Amino acid sequence: MTQLALVIDLNVCVGCHACVTSCKEWNTSGTAGYLSDMNPYGADPVGTFFNRVQSFEVGQFPDTETVHFPKSCLHCEDPPCVPVCPTGASYKRESDGIVLVDSDKCIGCNYCSWACPYGARELDAHQKIMKKCTLCVDRIYDESLPESERKPACVLACPAEARLFGDVNDPDSEVAVAIRESGGYQLMPEWGTKPANHYLPRQKVSITIHEDELERADNPLRKERRKPMPDDSEPTLDETTSW
Amino acid sequence: MSNPIHDPLSKKLDEQSKVEVKNTTCYMCACRCGIRVTLRDGEVRYIQGNPDHPLNKGVICAKGSSGIMKQYSPARITRPLMRKSGSERGESDFEEISWDKALEIMQERMGHLRGSDPKKLALFTGRDQMQALTGLFAKQYGTPNYAAHGGFCSVNMAAGMIYTIGGSFWEFGGPDLERAKLFVMIGTAEDHHSNPLKTEIAHFKRQGGKFISINPVRTGYSAIADEWVPIKPGTDGALFLALINEVIRQGLYDREFLTQYSNAPELVNMDENSSEYGMFVRFEVPHEEGCFDPQNKLWWDRELNIPISTHTPGVDPYFLGEYELEDGTPVKPSFQLLVERVSEYTAEWASGITGIPEETIVRLAREMGITARDQKIELPIAWTDTWGDEHQTVTGNPVAFHAMRGLAAHSNGFQTIRAMSILMSLLGTIDRPGGFRHKAPFPRPIPPCAKPPNDPRAVQPNTPLDGMPLGFPADPDDLFVNDDGSPVRLDKAFSWEFPLSVHGMMHNAITNAWRGDPYKIDTLMLFMANVAWNSSMNTSGVREMLVDKEEDGEYKIPFIIVADAFQSETVAFADLVLPDTTYLERHDVMSMLDRPISAYEGPADSVRVPVLPPTGQCRPFQDVLIELAGRLKLPAFTNADGSPKFSDYADFVVNYETAPGSGIGFLAGWRGKDGDKFMKGEPNPKQWEMYAKNNCAFQYRLPRSYQYMRNWNQGYLEWAKRHALLRYTEPINIHIYSEVLQKFRLAAQGKSDTRQPPDHLRKRVERHFDPLPFYSQPLEALQSDLEKYPLNALTQRPMAMYHSWDSQNAWLRQIHTYNFLYVNTKTAQAAGIEDGGWMWVESMHGKVRCLCRHSEAVEPGTVWTWNAIGKASGAWSLDGDANEAKKGFLLNHLISEELPPSEDGDHLSNSDPITGQAGWFDVRVRIYPAGAGEEKVSSPQFDTLPSVPGQMTDRKPSRWLTYFAGKGGRS
Repeated sequence: MTQLALVIDLNVCVGCHACVTSCKEWNTSGTAGYLSDMNPYGADPVGTFFNRVQSFEVGQFPDTETVHFPKSCLHCEDPPCVPVCPTGASYKRESDGIVLVDSDKCIGCNYCSWACPYGARELDAHQKIMKKCTLCVDRIYDESLPESERKPACVLACPAEARLFGDVNDPDSEVAVAIRESGGYQLMPEWGTKPANHYLPRQKVSITIHEDELERADNPLRKERRKPMPDDSEPTLDETTSW
Repeated sequence: MSNPIHDPLSKKLDEQSKVEVKNTTCYMCACRCGIRVTLRDGEVRYIQGNPDHPLNKGVICAKGSSGIMKQYSPARITRPLMRKSGSERGESDFEEISWDKALEIMQERMGHLRGSDPKKLALFTGRDQMQALTGLFAKQYGTPNYAAHGGFCSVNMAAGMIYTIGGSFWEFGGPDLERAKLFVMIGTAEDHHSNPLKTEIAHFKRQGGKFISINPVRTGYSAIADEWVPIKPGTDGALFLALINEVIRQGLYDREFLTQYSNAPELVNMDENSSEYGMFVRFEVPHEEGCFDPQNKLWWDRELNIPISTHTPGVDPYFLGEYELEDGTPVKPSFQLLVERVSEYTAEWASGITGIPEETIVRLAREMGITARDQKIELPIAWTDTWGDEHQTVTGNPVAFHAMRGLAAHSNGFQTIRAMSILMSLLGTIDRPGGFRHKAPFPRPIPPCAKPPNDPRAVQPNTPLDGMPLGFPADPDDLFVNDDGSPVRLDKAFSWEFPLSVHGMMHNAITNAWRGDPYKIDTLMLFMANVAWNSSMNTSGVREMLVDKEEDGEYKIPFIIVADAFQSETVAFADLVLPDTTYLERHDVMSMLDRPISAYEGPADSVRVPVLPPTGQCRPFQDVLIELAGRLKLPAFTNADGSPKFSDYADFVVNYETAPGSGIGFLAGWRGKDGDKFMKGEPNPKQWEMYAKNNCAFQYRLPRSYQYMRNWNQGYLEWAKRHALLRYTEPINIHIYSEVLQKFRLAAQGKSDTRQPPDHLRKRVERHFDPLPFYSQPLEALQSDLEKYPLNALTQRPMAMYHSWDSQNAWLRQIHTYNFLYVNTKTAQAAGIEDGGWMWVESMHGKVRCLCRHSEAVEPGTVWTWNAIGKASGAWSLDGDANEAKKGFLLNHLISEELPPSEDGDHLSNSDPITGQAGWFDVRVRIYPAGAGEEKVSSPQFDTLPSVPGQMTDRKPSRWLTYFAGKGGRS
């Protein structure tokens, strides 16, 4: 069964927030309607975003890692947000596994956001409707777009190409290969939600230098080695011995 | 499950609307990505990266994706404004006037100045992308007082590298991460080469290269480095010198590369009594003088043990030793001098200065040297060097560097960057695969040919300036000084105080004009420069200078013109406000005459075209300048009959030539009557159409044999000369040893027959114009009480906000609503400051109250914050109590634009004594907790600014923004 999802490569994510605003930009004028912002030019502005980047530090100086962690709906294979919805607004598409909210049924009761262990849901405080990542469902099937652009806005935007998109259940897909070969993992699998989105971990490269590689026979300093030489007029054995 | 009612795939709205798609170029930062803008019923629906654009290939950043919120910002100003008579400057009390009136005012005032003393007009611009036009306007007007932002941004990076390898990072060159195996990033601000660098770093990491980040702070790019090496600010030079020492000591330098392509083996005159002391020995006078290195210098032949002309076929020179010429002159190869210089700069020594463990420094040097030596790349590309030797391959030593403001924004930055360039050269990485690569129009001669005027008589009434306002001095006779050695320019650029200030010094323009040192001016014209806030050091002081008056009641800076699209802090200080358009509403060019978008593979430039009509009465500043130039009858803008030559900027761009018939104009693509020429060719009336049809960019791919080794590549150099990029095809040899600097030193020592510095500056020039890099503490540290102020303070630019440009942006300001001061946890705890608590940070110049954030990702001697997130209350259409004003803060209040008085002078700029680069990151501070009873707001605070007439405040929702394109921007 097809399960579309994002695979996010933390090894190359620099935390630039391109995914955050490209998502907001595409979706605010999209089929789910606007993504409102409260106090947009005042104190404590708060808006609806489907995708956010959390940055945090791990470890103690100087062994510190700074992690940029983009987070959006994980499109769980067993989404806890769906059964709790009293109106059936929250649903998972059978055809591609995308979890959506039917804005015409949602009553903004917040049950789904309480059920979601990942905090991925956003109640649009102005419209009083629950909103969330749609994997840009209104782009990915749009045949008026060139095929290369039938991807979520965040995937198209990401300058580091840290966001891969595809069917995680297709073993030959780019995302499945990445998960398999680069140690892709799910967030909090112990909750049993089977999140479809995966993350790829940081990977470190180091250089090993063996002591005997340090100096080579053609070390350029050898060309500069000039031992002191006596003047040509100094006496030598050459002139004084004979037999 | 019941079926959904709402169809998430519905296209009904688009089908009922008029949808248009247009290409242009982004300007949410200086990166210049190609964008594709989708409009729905004339409103911006979607801005995406243009997949067919050569620079960003479809990607876009957080800022670029938020262009909608800039376009529809309530901070837009839409009408020309005049400060109300009787009102005080700084109070934002304006009345609307017509463009005709605004232009008349400028024409009269500026015309009068031009006829009497053109110096009295000063034109300074911020991070604009039209220096080709603004520079031309200033030159034609006849004022020397022109510069853009470079002097307070990263001129040390440009100058330090250009004066060493003939090119520099960012627009003019960069790391070849496609082929590098080791990438060393040091002191890089995260806005410098924003999207392409992100893409390249990601590819580099996926290919398995090692990425080392050397930086006091671990954020953005550094976060994904394989190794983070924390370093104390301002000590990078010490690190580089120790790395050079270690690389040489181990024999890890590329001797073959240095022999052929640098002045390392060339013999330096060591006769201290000679006027040629410290200069290369020359065996003949060149038959032609030009801005190139004549090939008339000497090596010491290892085989014959005699001096011999450099590059004599078959000869291998000594790099070390001391020798005597036939006439008894003692000489040494410049490499020997480098070895002597770095001998004291050991890893152990550098460890004490930089805070990096000695063994780490040694290991870094070995990793660089061994990767360069043992992982060589040989590309099967045949090429011919300028000495006529044919090569079957191009060799690469795959170690790449990238650096930016972290090195540059220190007063020792120029020599630091010289040291870095020398290290890159020792490793044999210049314009080679996997190393540093140039972008057209670089490489250029060292230094490039363009020179500032060198005579005060270059400034005459009603006459264009005799020379370029900005250029590259090669010796003391190129300085722009009066007969007594005093500066001609208001900012003192190209004077003995800052001889190689190749980007000017706008950070001192206001202070100098206010003090009348070197003289007073009449009119200050500013474009995109937020000098009343984040674009000035000593912001509070500068704001006072802008409103300070003479005894007769007139302002000390009598007239200030501000061109801006938004209600910035600086607009409040204007006497005349010119409402500019946004980037989506105008023509622009990223010109080969300024900073094009060239790639390693060849020259490229690009344009913006309007995708939306101007808002209100906004006019592109370029159009205003063109009309003003016509009204003032500046020669390049005026027909023989006195009528204006150009109707607007679009017309100008297509038809202007640098000289009649030169064939060189602002755009390089589709030149010639039929559009079949490039770089050079007669004007093409359809040039704009051609750009619009081609993703708004022109790119020429050089043949592969011209893509590398361009400093010495005969094919490339001849191509460049034929296409008017260069005047000469002489090799551009790397200046390991800088004769240019030595010439200034000799002048300071009174040993040469060039111009001499004023006596009080002799020691300063002698000290800093060292032909080989040296380490000294930044100037401010030398004058600070380091026990009282033990910490370094600096700023970084976040990836989601460019300078002060976007607090008006409803989306971006939610990412950076206010800023903390990041302090190492132990440092903060030792000072008794809680995480999230209010604190004071204080320098010898001022103090700021701010919020503290404990961090493990900053070295203990450094505190830092995001730049320009703090805003003045009421500016940028934000509410008076917006977080930016009440919790955010500006570090600039702690930083002085001038150094404390010293024997070198009472009012010296707080800048690099060579280039005039603003020493932003030199400031030393102490920190302490705010008192329990103190107000919980940042300090200093300023009176809330009112909005101005014509500002788009009707767009400002009282509580909810619900943007939805195609419904008037509001749902």
